[in-house]
Amino acid sequence: MSTRLASGGRLIDRTAPQSFTFNGKTMRGYRGDTVAAALLANDQMLMGRSFKYHRPRGVVGSGVEEPNALVNLGQGARLEPNQRATTTELFDGLHATSQNHWPSLEHDIGVLNNYAARLLPAGFYYKTFIHPRAFWKHVFEPVIRQSAGLGKAPTELDADRYEQAYAFCDVLVAGGGIAGLRAALAAAEAGDRVILMEQTPHWGGRAPVDGDTIDGQPAEAWVAATVAALAAMPNVTLRLRTTVAGVYDHGYVLADERIADHTPGDGRPRQRLWRLRCGQIIAATGAIERPLAFAGNDIPGVMLASAVRDYAVNWAVSPGDRTVVVTNNDDAYLTAIALKQAGLEVPVVLDARMQAIGDLPNRARAMGIRVETGKAIASVKGGKRVTGVSVCVQAGEGAVLEVIACDAVAMSGGWSPVVHLYSHCGGKLTWDEAIAAFVPDTDRPPINHDGRPMVVCAGAAAGIFGAEDAIAHSANVMRKAIRAPYANQTSAIQPVWVMPQGAGIKLKSKMWLDYQNDVKVSDVQLAAREGYESVEHTKRYTTLGMATDQGKLSNINGLAVLAGALNSTIPQVGTTTFRPPYTPVTLGALAGEARGDIFQPLRRTPMHEIHEKSGAYFEPVGLWRRPYCFPRAGESHAAAVAREVNNTRQAVGLLDASTLGKIVVKGPDAGRFLDMLYTGMMSTLPVGKCRYGLMCNEQGFLSDDGVVARLDHDTWLCHTTSGGADRIHSWMEDWLQCEWWDWQVYTANLTEQYAQVAVVGPNARKLLQALGGMDVSREALPFMGWADGTLAGFPVRVYRISFSGELSYEIAAPASQGGAFWQVCADAGKAFDAMPYGTEALHVMRAEKGFIMIGDETDGTVIPQDLGLGWAISTKKADYLGKRGQERTYLASADRWQLVGFETLDGSVIPDGAYVLASGINANGQRNTQGRVTSTYHSPTLNRGIAMGLLHNGPMRLGEVVEFNTVTGGTVSAKVVDPVFVDKTGEKQNV
Amino acid sequence: MSDPVSALGGATFSGFATIHDAGPVGMITLRAKADAQGLQGAIKACAGTEIPATRQILHHDGKAAAWMSPDEYLLILPYGETAAALTQIREHMHGAHHLAVVVSDARAVLRIEGSRADQVLAKLAPVDVANLPQGELRRTRTAQVAAAFWREGDGFTLVCFRSVARYVFDLLASSATPGSELT
Repeated sequence: MSTRLASGGRLIDRTAPQSFTFNGKTMRGYRGDTVAAALLANDQMLMGRSFKYHRPRGVVGSGVEEPNALVNLGQGARLEPNQRATTTELFDGLHATSQNHWPSLEHDIGVLNNYAARLLPAGFYYKTFIHPRAFWKHVFEPVIRQSAGLGKAPTELDADRYEQAYAFCDVLVAGGGIAGLRAALAAAEAGDRVILMEQTPHWGGRAPVDGDTIDGQPAEAWVAATVAALAAMPNVTLRLRTTVAGVYDHGYVLADERIADHTPGDGRPRQRLWRLRCGQIIAATGAIERPLAFAGNDIPGVMLASAVRDYAVNWAVSPGDRTVVVTNNDDAYLTAIALKQAGLEVPVVLDARMQAIGDLPNRARAMGIRVETGKAIASVKGGKRVTGVSVCVQAGEGAVLEVIACDAVAMSGGWSPVVHLYSHCGGKLTWDEAIAAFVPDTDRPPINHDGRPMVVCAGAAAGIFGAEDAIAHSANVMRKAIRAPYANQTSAIQPVWVMPQGAGIKLKSKMWLDYQNDVKVSDVQLAAREGYESVEHTKRYTTLGMATDQGKLSNINGLAVLAGALNSTIPQVGTTTFRPPYTPVTLGALAGEARGDIFQPLRRTPMHEIHEKSGAYFEPVGLWRRPYCFPRAGESHAAAVAREVNNTRQAVGLLDASTLGKIVVKGPDAGRFLDMLYTGMMSTLPVGKCRYGLMCNEQGFLSDDGVVARLDHDTWLCHTTSGGADRIHSWMEDWLQCEWWDWQVYTANLTEQYAQVAVVGPNARKLLQALGGMDVSREALPFMGWADGTLAGFPVRVYRISFSGELSYEIAAPASQGGAFWQVCADAGKAFDAMPYGTEALHVMRAEKGFIMIGDETDGTVIPQDLGLGWAISTKKADYLGKRGQERTYLASADRWQLVGFETLDGSVIPDGAYVLASGINANGQRNTQGRVTSTYHSPTLNRGIAMGLLHNGPMRLGEVVEFNTVTGGTVSAKVVDPVFVDKTGEKQNV
Repeated sequence: MSDPVSALGGATFSGFATIHDAGPVGMITLRAKADAQGLQGAIKACAGTEIPATRQILHHDGKAAAWMSPDEYLLILPYGETAAALTQIREHMHGAHHLAVVVSDARAVLRIEGSRADQVLAKLAPVDVANLPQGELRRTRTAQVAAAFWREGDGFTLVCFRSVARYVFDLLASSATPGSELT
């Protein structure tokens, strides 16, 4: 059984016991434990079930590479699935539950899948997608959905806060092991601005566990001294619990800092996403030990050798009294030695190599540990935990020589440098035969903007193992010598990809490569037999490396097996692409502060708060919020809109038009510029007058519209649509800066400088006269004119323009007085039955008048001519943006869908988006169409449904009855009419 | 005429830094090339400074002139002095191609103060705040909207568009929440 040792544990504080629960069972640990260490200390070796076969699984590793020990962490509003027990710090009151179990971890019915493994081979999903079709939907999908899947998705709103932060440095060092510390020190001493980030809560990496000595000091002392030196330097920032997750172009880096994962609810942000811009990135990210592929290598109790000694040294946890070590390299002997020193038994070290003559094997032998060379594990005994191993020769097919009882197996297949950060931006790898691993190809690094290597690996990440060598290498890296000579190893690693090498299919079907996705040696070999030669294809076919651990343990072993099956070499097969993030980043951190009130910027007009107080119902218009209508108590929105329309047409209405775009254009060439931008002629507009204009893009399609006012001899004010202000301002600057850069024109977007109030209706003039201060008579301020003056003491500019067909004034006042001005209008308006109206009444009234709306009547495929707006296109001008486009035969053709009005025969409202049906069906079996509705409303003025729409040759067909489809089935008959429904002569607005 | 009301109406927040509305501030956008006839005199007359160099903001007696782009300057002055300033610009730059408009009401001005004021901004703007020199105005963004800020007094002065003033204030307050200090 796994247990806590009586003494030791460099990372735990035995004076600070912590209580936690696992699957509801209360357990005890110490501060400094990881959840995995604490579970092992409580003899909880079984930590989860595998994804596909629901096989019992225990912890394999001790860090980010862990594929098995994933838990649902927390509960309620702090539940997070798929958390690695090996990297989760224990805290008092922690709740964890295991995943993939049903009905319980101990008794899982899904393990039946285990016996049905023959029915779930590699490529299972692809095969069942193909044949038989009905099986997928009715058989496989429901059954697999029931049993597969990882943790539970949270159902409550996340209780925590997250944030992001920007940082800048000359040198970013990823990894706070000895190589990273040394690199940071070298850079800092050279005067660079340095940020050093370490993913764990501790500095020093593996060196203290492995008992390394550096500069004659024990690793632990050297690490403490170096961290102290770095902390004292003003140009150095140190961050623990911060994973460098991704490297992107131009030295851009994302890193995830876990601030309060281990102190939930203490008020601090839970995580912080760092967005860094770095001159140079040093990847001192270490290496990850590889498992060995032998039968039963997934039974709980089989662990990486390095993890076994981490648990023993760091957390004083024994995986069992008797641990068999199996290896192909010297490094694993450290585990045998560490266990022996802790008073535990190591019945045997099985070394696949024919010779083991290095210092470490000799030290192990000297301690009385039995070492068997040329030997292998034929299979592991046990179900939910290891009970023993059967031993065979590595060179053979697995004939059992001996069975050795044990509680745990410590395996080492060598080490893979963590080259992820080097690879994220295209750094290439090369296969190093001497250490049987992919290492950075220093001739093909990821390149920065200046052609220099953006990422350089230091220490074990560069394939430089051994403390002194890693330190020397790290120092060399910082001197820009990229790679130190490879360190001598006393006895070299022997690659072992399958154990024993001649194992048959029976054993290979129990050799796990990818624990989390249940991919076995036999699966990869099957994929190869079925023709999957590319490593990228094999990955997707077998799902090797596609789990949450992204193949940190399985990748190299899997492609080595593939290479073997293809009779190829590992470098020829190559590796799959490493992509960010290195470890999972929670979505909350990516969203950062953007939630709740600050999820998205809301643009508010100066009158926004007044509208809120008056109970306005708002709708989004771009990022603005505008009142849709102002419902009274008990009034429906539709009734409110009808009331607002009727009141405006019969008395007077007030509209907050502040969102309207207002761009001032000035300069000697401004008239010429506007003549190019608008289809009409703006240069001839007299000072004091307004003119309606259309803007098209180069293709000729209608892009925006609005009223232009001539302010003085060289200045115009262009009104744009509410949603178009920023876009049109950019459009103007684009042409001025990139095309007509020699034209003397300046623009400024004054949209937010002014609050704008539209006073609309028969009583509008009376209301303004009541405010007093300027002459707003028909003579002084005629239709389509403007004037500066004061109203009720407010400095204003008044435009006589109308989007409703009524007598209408749009009044611009400084935004800082906009609220007060609105209030003054509302107060004075009481005597004239004034009411505010919202955007829906605005839309209805403009549709009653047949005025188009950008975005309703236009959709990027409509030209002004389609909308009967040919009158707004100047035929005198040599050119305007869109002219050439409109001359193309398809657009110039008279045979197009064109704007008309529709009146339903029964008075009903045509559904939004309805099409005008034509006879027959098209090649796709769809009903042919000959037009569509673009705006459709109930008109309170006419008390019937009215609509505008585009109809094939529409204006030629007035009086014809056409059929619209509806959402609910059936059709609606409507008569084709002129699109101006109210006041066709326009006399109401011109009084 | 009523008293000008800023978008935030004097809002304040105290966290690990303090955030407060600076109230109405006079601002003029002046568009002209650096060598435009009369520009130097116009800026001197309005803000009391020379023409600011690239990314520079020059202060004088409570007023300032800032470089915004190769042909745009921002003049900052007391709220009530903009009309007189426009007249002075017109006189100095008569005959030279330029555009001068009051933008006081199109903006909101906020102050971020305290020894950790830089951290409030470092969480929201992709700016190397620690290396932002005194006398530099940085046009950038705070989270999802445009903003500009510079060092002034015990902290920073930030300008954003009026319509998003509440969003920016809430952002800054969120960033300044106690417990979320970067160091």
